Amino acid sequence: MRRFLCLGLLCCLLLGLVPLAAAQPEPRSSNTDTGHALLETLDADSYRDKGEAITALLQSDDERAREWLQALLDGRLQRTDDGRFVVVLDNSGRNWPVEDALTGEALGEMSRRDLDRIGINNALRNQLRSAIAVVDLYSPNVERRRSSADRLLGEVDEELFDTLTPLIEEAEDDYVRRRLAQAVAIYQTENGEMAGVEALSGSLHPRARVALNRAANGDDPVVADAARAALASVEQKLKINRGVETLYFGLSLGSVLVLAAIGLAITFGVMGVINMAHGELMMLGAYTTWMMQQLLPGQPGLALVLSIPAGFLVAALAGIAIERSVIQFLKGRPLETLLATFGISLILQQLVRTVISPLNRTVITPEWMSGSLVINDALSLTLNRMFVLGFALLVFVGLMLIMRRTRLGLEVRAVTQNRAMARSMGIRATRVDILTFALGSGVAGLAGVALSQLTNVGPNLGQNYIIDSFMVVVFGGVGNLWGTLVAGLSLGVINQILEPWAGAVLAKIIVLVFIILFIQKRPRGLFPQKGRAAEG
Amino acid sequence: MTTQYNRPLSRRFITSLLAAAVMGAGAQAVAQEDDPIKVGILHSLSGTMAISESTLKDTVEMLIEQQNEAGGLLGRQLEAVVVDPASNWPLFAERARELLAQEEVDVIFGNWTSVSRKAVLPVVEELNGLLFYPVQYEGEESSENVFYTGAAPNQQAIPAVDYLINEVGIERFALVGTDYVYPRTTNRILEAYLKDEHGVAEEDIMVNYTPFGHSDWQNIVSEIRRFGEEGKPTAVVSTINGDANVPFYRELANQGIDAADIPVIAFSVGEQELSGIDTGPLVGHLAAWNYFMSVDTDENYDFIDAWIDWSGDEEAVTNDPMEAHYIGFNMWAEAVRKAGTTDVDAIKDAIIGVTVPNLSGGYAAMMPNHHITKPVLIGEVQDNGQFDIVWQTPSTVAGDAWSDYLPGSRDLIADWRKPLACGNFNVVNGTCGGSTAAEEAEAALAE
Repeated sequence: MRRFLCLGLLCCLLLGLVPLAAAQPEPRSSNTDTGHALLETLDADSYRDKGEAITALLQSDDERAREWLQALLDGRLQRTDDGRFVVVLDNSGRNWPVEDALTGEALGEMSRRDLDRIGINNALRNQLRSAIAVVDLYSPNVERRRSSADRLLGEVDEELFDTLTPLIEEAEDDYVRRRLAQAVAIYQTENGEMAGVEALSGSLHPRARVALNRAANGDDPVVADAARAALASVEQKLKINRGVETLYFGLSLGSVLVLAAIGLAITFGVMGVINMAHGELMMLGAYTTWMMQQLLPGQPGLALVLSIPAGFLVAALAGIAIERSVIQFLKGRPLETLLATFGISLILQQLVRTVISPLNRTVITPEWMSGSLVINDALSLTLNRMFVLGFALLVFVGLMLIMRRTRLGLEVRAVTQNRAMARSMGIRATRVDILTFALGSGVAGLAGVALSQLTNVGPNLGQNYIIDSFMVVVFGGVGNLWGTLVAGLSLGVINQILEPWAGAVLAKIIVLVFIILFIQKRPRGLFPQKGRAAEG
Repeated sequence: MTTQYNRPLSRRFITSLLAAAVMGAGAQAVAQEDDPIKVGILHSLSGTMAISESTLKDTVEMLIEQQNEAGGLLGRQLEAVVVDPASNWPLFAERARELLAQEEVDVIFGNWTSVSRKAVLPVVEELNGLLFYPVQYEGEESSENVFYTGAAPNQQAIPAVDYLINEVGIERFALVGTDYVYPRTTNRILEAYLKDEHGVAEEDIMVNYTPFGHSDWQNIVSEIRRFGEEGKPTAVVSTINGDANVPFYRELANQGIDAADIPVIAFSVGEQELSGIDTGPLVGHLAAWNYFMSVDTDENYDFIDAWIDWSGDEEAVTNDPMEAHYIGFNMWAEAVRKAGTTDVDAIKDAIIGVTVPNLSGGYAAMMPNHHITKPVLIGEVQDNGQFDIVWQTPSTVAGDAWSDYLPGSRDLIADWRKPLACGNFNVVNGTCGGSTAAEEAEAALAE
């Protein structure tokens, strides 16, 4: 089949070239034909042949090479049944818009049945990325040059080594030069060359350490010793990095716990209502985020920002509905409240399953929240969690302000401390109840908006957090917002310190046992209520 | 009737009883001619497992509808009897009893988790039902009444690590899983296999378990990253279940680990799991299954089109357990045709050796150990949530009920053909009921 195609191609070349070349002053068609021949080699049976074809394509200096390589990398370079090469512009639906790979001419929509994808595997993907990176090193865009230099760390082979070595001197940008030198040094180290090991000494980059580790196990004892010394020299730095990382992990887990618990600290802690549907209110907030992203397609960031007030409102309204329909009738009967709200939580879960879908929904993380903040080569802090940490602190400060500085806060504190007295002073206790519960529920909605960036948005979202939330509130001291903050953050840090050596399952158990023992000793938690409110 | 127990049995009473019995049997025979064949569907439609199982219920309903449009079976129509075990393991057993005893269904398609299958097992065995189980599982089981149309470990896990070692050149393995029976058994088998067959050293294997629905992967991912920095090519073998996958992959992407550095090969992540996640950062990570939606055959495109039309969702995806139900359903239908009846014992005999087309252009055969033959495919995640197939076994692999790599289980075989008819026959001492061996295998697991 392939031979036949090649023959046919040859015929086309011979027959077609003459008149076309005569008709057109610019020999564009011959260019197209070499392009076709190049693409033909890409459609090989074995991945090895495809790899060679990619190298050939790079050396051909064809101006469309980068575009083709990118399309191949994305799986959009395909072939029609009649042997034409096309680039698929959008491969999401059942029918795909395509354009001719050689001429760039739009060919309308084609069914995926009529197209064969030119497949690649991880090894080829690596090769393609490096190939594109090498092309991009010459790009006028400095950001592109930098990211390609990053990309080439650990990807250098013999051929690239020859290409890159002269480029190091030529590079205008300082960062690019350093990175390229490092990339070359990594290659040398992997080959057991002393020069590479010396250049990598003090480097924290994981790829550099992989290379040094390899050299340390190499045959040449002198180089191996030098590699071991180079590794040992950064050991102390790495330990500090690791400590910072663990602390960050802990704070970030803690911030999630705080967010989940702080709404509960109001409804349970201040009002004394055991609300088992608290998790489902968080779920509503997360679904609001999804809904906003559906309403504003293509603008996930804006949708996320708008979901903050929307999530608060939706959850607060749901909270009011729950309070009016169930909780107000069960005042002072904690056991019945617990059972009734547990029932509500099941109803809400199944409602979402039936109305929306039992499947998880995709909430997109906006560009500015993905990836990580690079501190140094070995330490980078993930951005989405940093945002959540900041958001948790903001919510906490906001709540503190409401409770301490507003009339509502004053009334809430008055009603919870002495309901009868507050009423006789003219405070409408029922209204305060509604508003407090709405506030707590709304904050749960905010937690849901934040969680949509970290975990699954699905009907089970709430269930996973309800136990942790109660744990944090009880540990921190019922009725105390500061307690919730300190308890959440410290439980997060303790958990993350324990996890590496105890494993995730055991770490969780140890934390639970610790809390049980702590509550035995101090039944009122970290920050017990003092004074008359405590007897309340 | 109950009042009659007090009287001495008269001859007249016995004859009338007999007559009634004969008439009843006759009536039943007549009823069989007209009544639809009942197909029980035992998948959770609520609770945590609804995410995975509800599509399987829809799949079986679609297959039943297609069969009815094609004229039913034995001239009778098929009728789906759907119950909801609500992701509650003991409830699975109750619902199975309800299906078999009250509804008197002829066959059951159902279950997802191993623990739910273990709950249903005694019920189907006691009431002599038929259960088709469509999900990859840990093996170490073969029941006379259960047909395992999902993959056994030798049809998924073992070929997957072979691929990593031979094609990718991996030398270090992080076995990461959710803490329950399937990951623990699979990892146990993999550890033994890697050490014995490939000579992988103890320090080159890292094992980590997390609770169900684990969402904070920061520490584990950074541990994996460090594990991969020690000089040898490293891969993660993931048996992480369900919901926990999304935060896991997110954390991988956020910490900048891509498939080129440390590829992750997953046994529980399919098209459906990927549809709830932004797949851009996952491109290149691997999954091992026996079917992918991207399989390029006409059978598969027909199935996908039918599924999209049936579900009315242009974005609907197909996955491996759906194909398993497709195969299982067709095998059962073929066995019913072959036996000429829906009688359970007749089907059990007839179905062994039945061969039906699968969706990847080959055939699946029911083996005497109630497992089927399957090709093993390795796919790489694409940015559109699909898998690009990069490798597949040259031929189909027969499912092995008892692993060859675990002590105790090694000597067992299952063969439900007469005269052996045994699910755990010990070839060393030649006895059926190798329950001691099964216990040994479990004891080995518990170590």
